[in-house]
Amino acid sequence: MSLDTVAIAQANPDASQPFAELGLKPDEYARIKEILGRRPTSSELAMYSVMWSEHCSYKSSKVHLKQFGDKAVKTDALLVGIGENAGVVDVGQGYAVTFKIESHNHPSFIEPYQGAATGVGGIVRDILTMGARPIAVMDPLRFGPADAADTRRVLPGIVAGVGGYGNCLGLPNIGGEVVFDETYLGNPLVNALCVGVMKHSDIKLAKAAGAGNLVVLYGAKTGGDGIGGVSVLASETFESKGPAKRPAVQVGDPFVEKVLIECSLEIFAEDLVVGIQDLGGAGLSCATSELASGGSGGMKVQLDKVPLRDPSLSPEEILMSESQERMCAIVEPSKIVRFLEICEKWDVTVTVIGEVTDGNHLEITWNGELIVDVPPRTVAHDGPVYNRPLAQPAYIDAVAKEVINVPIPTTADEIKATVLKLIATPNLADKSWVTDQYDRYVQGNSIQSQPDDSGMVRIDEKTHLGVAVATDANANWSYLNPYEGAKLALAEAARNIATAGAKPLAVTNCLNFGSPEDPGVMWQFAESVRGLADGCLEMGLPVTGGNVSFYNQTGAVAILPTPVIGVLGVIDDVRTRTPMSFDRAGLDLYLLGETESHLAGSEWAYMHNQRGGVAPIADLQREMRLLDLLVAGRTKKIFSAAHDLSQGGLAATLTEMVLRYNMGATIQLDNVGLTLLSETPGRVVVAIDSSQTAALTSEASSQKIALTKIGTTGGDSLVINDAKISLVELRKAHTETFPKLFG
Amino acid sequence: MAKIVVDVMLKPEILDPQGKAVAAALPRLGFTFATDVRQGKRFEIEVDGEPTPAQLADVEKAAEKLLSNPVIENFTVRVEK
Amino acid sequence: MKIGVVTFPGTLDDRDAARAVNHAGGEAVALWHNDADLYGVDAVILPGGFSYGDYLRCGAISRFSPVMEPIIKAAQGGMPLLGICNGFQVLAEAHLIPGALTRNHELHFLCRDQKLTIENTDTAWTSSFTQGQEILIPLKNGEGAYMCDDETLAMLEGEGRIIARYVGENPNGSRNLIAGITNERGNIVGLMPHPEHAIDSLTGPSADGLGFFTSVLKAMVK
Repeated sequence: MSLDTVAIAQANPDASQPFAELGLKPDEYARIKEILGRRPTSSELAMYSVMWSEHCSYKSSKVHLKQFGDKAVKTDALLVGIGENAGVVDVGQGYAVTFKIESHNHPSFIEPYQGAATGVGGIVRDILTMGARPIAVMDPLRFGPADAADTRRVLPGIVAGVGGYGNCLGLPNIGGEVVFDETYLGNPLVNALCVGVMKHSDIKLAKAAGAGNLVVLYGAKTGGDGIGGVSVLASETFESKGPAKRPAVQVGDPFVEKVLIECSLEIFAEDLVVGIQDLGGAGLSCATSELASGGSGGMKVQLDKVPLRDPSLSPEEILMSESQERMCAIVEPSKIVRFLEICEKWDVTVTVIGEVTDGNHLEITWNGELIVDVPPRTVAHDGPVYNRPLAQPAYIDAVAKEVINVPIPTTADEIKATVLKLIATPNLADKSWVTDQYDRYVQGNSIQSQPDDSGMVRIDEKTHLGVAVATDANANWSYLNPYEGAKLALAEAARNIATAGAKPLAVTNCLNFGSPEDPGVMWQFAESVRGLADGCLEMGLPVTGGNVSFYNQTGAVAILPTPVIGVLGVIDDVRTRTPMSFDRAGLDLYLLGETESHLAGSEWAYMHNQRGGVAPIADLQREMRLLDLLVAGRTKKIFSAAHDLSQGGLAATLTEMVLRYNMGATIQLDNVGLTLLSETPGRVVVAIDSSQTAALTSEASSQKIALTKIGTTGGDSLVINDAKISLVELRKAHTETFPKLFG
Repeated sequence: MAKIVVDVMLKPEILDPQGKAVAAALPRLGFTFATDVRQGKRFEIEVDGEPTPAQLADVEKAAEKLLSNPVIENFTVRVEK
Repeated sequence: MKIGVVTFPGTLDDRDAARAVNHAGGEAVALWHNDADLYGVDAVILPGGFSYGDYLRCGAISRFSPVMEPIIKAAQGGMPLLGICNGFQVLAEAHLIPGALTRNHELHFLCRDQKLTIENTDTAWTSSFTQGQEILIPLKNGEGAYMCDDETLAMLEGEGRIIARYVGENPNGSRNLIAGITNERGNIVGLMPHPEHAIDSLTGPSADGLGFFTSVLKAMVK
């Protein structure tokens, strides 16, 4: 293919171009010609095609995501909001914490290990780019049925990839989720979250400011990885025949990224960069256009200077390459020598590839010939904005009429059998098979990790200031009522932060949905975003950023709407946190919150193939009062333990508590069957020393949270009314499932 | 252009869990020919022109010192056209 | 008492080892792989991680780093040297201790709180423990199976050079449940599990790991 330059494009305007194969629609192609006043060169076409893809431009979601900004609560704690690589919040003592969650779903279906590994690599770079040292990762994962052949194909690879990359980076994995559902067969969800910490003064932004400043590419060399990954993979659904899109997968090297992290942090510490961007989806196309857009306005790049792993790559391929572990920095000329010295110390490849200019041109040359001349904003920010049609799907009204009809245990035998069956189901079973493959100790600051309600990391070793992070989603509820489902997931994640006594501060989100071209899916998306935005406004929690993953479907069947909500909180002293469970006998157990009949969307209903019914309606005012109660329980030293209720209801929560430190409990419940299985939101089990009874009663009363004593700790069994299950038997049922399934 | 190939294998008495995993996976895919599988490493070393005896001797030394761990691995050196 | 902690490219637990040293009452000194100067330290720790990405073999490239030359010399002269996890692998590759570390027998990376018994309290790094003491410290690695030939195994057993053994089920396939060994002189110790992650119960399963660091400080006072 001979070089297609700007001059040639001007000279032959009618040349036919493969815009459709690159994923562009005819009207988008026409718009590009309008913007440029001519046809695009093939390099420009490549850039627009990747940057205007759904994954990069958010064209279908922008109009809805706007609500996060419009409905945002004003808060001084938010230092960097939506729009940058990751959001940043003030956590006190001069520290700023940045966190974000992202998806890498389609690549993980194609190549599970590398898809998951590069997903982790990508989110870690986003955090690094903000100027922070990454300090932890989390991985919410969703698969098809646990016993499906394809789950056995993807799960081990994905878990090994998350562990393989994260462990090698020296990042503790402090939590995540493993969920199984038919809906994800063929469309596993790999969402990765990263947290980083820095001082306020360290915050870096992605802007190329200052004409004359240098554009510097450093990190791994560029190869043919993931060419067209974003447009080809993430913006189209899979054909039902199976994975054929192999060439577009990226391959990661965590060692190179670890070195990149250390090198970058040294560079940041010496204040050597004016702006910085990592190269993720759409690689150089993204980095150059975003940096230029964010800064003085223009940039000149000599593409032939990019160091290559594969010398046969064409300029178009270099611009689209998604080779991992690369960063692009803007450096003042007076600082470049020191910048290069640090890269040399760490043996990191570094090349000056261009300079910042004034004006509105991103100009890229190849061996002296101009192959790209575009207004950068049109590539990076002014992509197409779709207001896709949405329509409430017919199923919504239909499922609401379904009546849940599941067996409710009443006798001792039935209670015992139900509990044992429930806690052995893959969604609720012990996940050590997965989490033992993750390093949770590295960096020496992990306070809580799996199976606790939230991950918690100490960020100051003297003051013991810490942060807590939790992720949650409930696709069952989102399916029944996407608006409420999003609110409920938000409330659950915030509650998971608060059980340890941390205060929720900010929100990130990973919105996993089917095709936006389906009006029903688009309606689910719009409702979910509306619910999350309304919920965040009501709870006073800003959305700091997040990720949208569309096209999670095979053929015409979309996944259940799965908005994953991440909440970050702060705790002034990690030593005072409320643990998830108890290790001594003689404590009193209380249930906070009223239990009603909420079996629709529950795990028990799912186990009986019933997916219909009416989702709970979120009561965020009550949830907020509960959060205050939970924090007070720590600061006033009332609680000995606190663990929230979610999937699997009280049965799962009690099981998890008694097995945590191998201490039994004796429980007495009215309406025992329903109370064990219902998944009414806004409930927590707490353990207190009896001396704290008055304090607890008083706090619960002032927060208007229902309080019910349910039992006491002690013994070597879980006793529920007349049913007695030894801890040995309980543990066996809980821990056998995963090894049996995955070896 | 000729290249020097160094093949490195774990010594027979050393447990090879990766080889075992491969051997277990083959029948699951319908391949029943293997009675055992062991996994090793192959290094392809390019030199200018034809490899000289001196170069081959050096490759042996390099294989002993770096490319293999003689405590647990054996190696062979040969020239491939 | 200055204890050097080496950072190779890809080393991960260096800051944790330094923290443990300081916690035990010593002064941690950062040593860079490319700098052949030990800055007068009294002992050296090779920490855990994935130096050079475990390319070729774990520790195979690190062992040729410039800093290893003075370390090997000093250790051969009696300086206390502790290799943790990846550090153990470097010691084995450098032939400072016999045997080799290979892939875990179940092929997975494994992170778990592991019970060990301390079986030799005469080394520079284990004198704070009592003979047969059981401790609980994190084990986290993918290539932790200790291998050696029968002759070497007999020698290690016979000479009491196994300093720590796994209790219960073999977590990784190590011969004779070996978790750590020492050289003849007792100044060089290789240990697979991570004592630096068990210095307090806030961040680890116990404070049992501190004993390794207090031992060497005692040894240096003598």
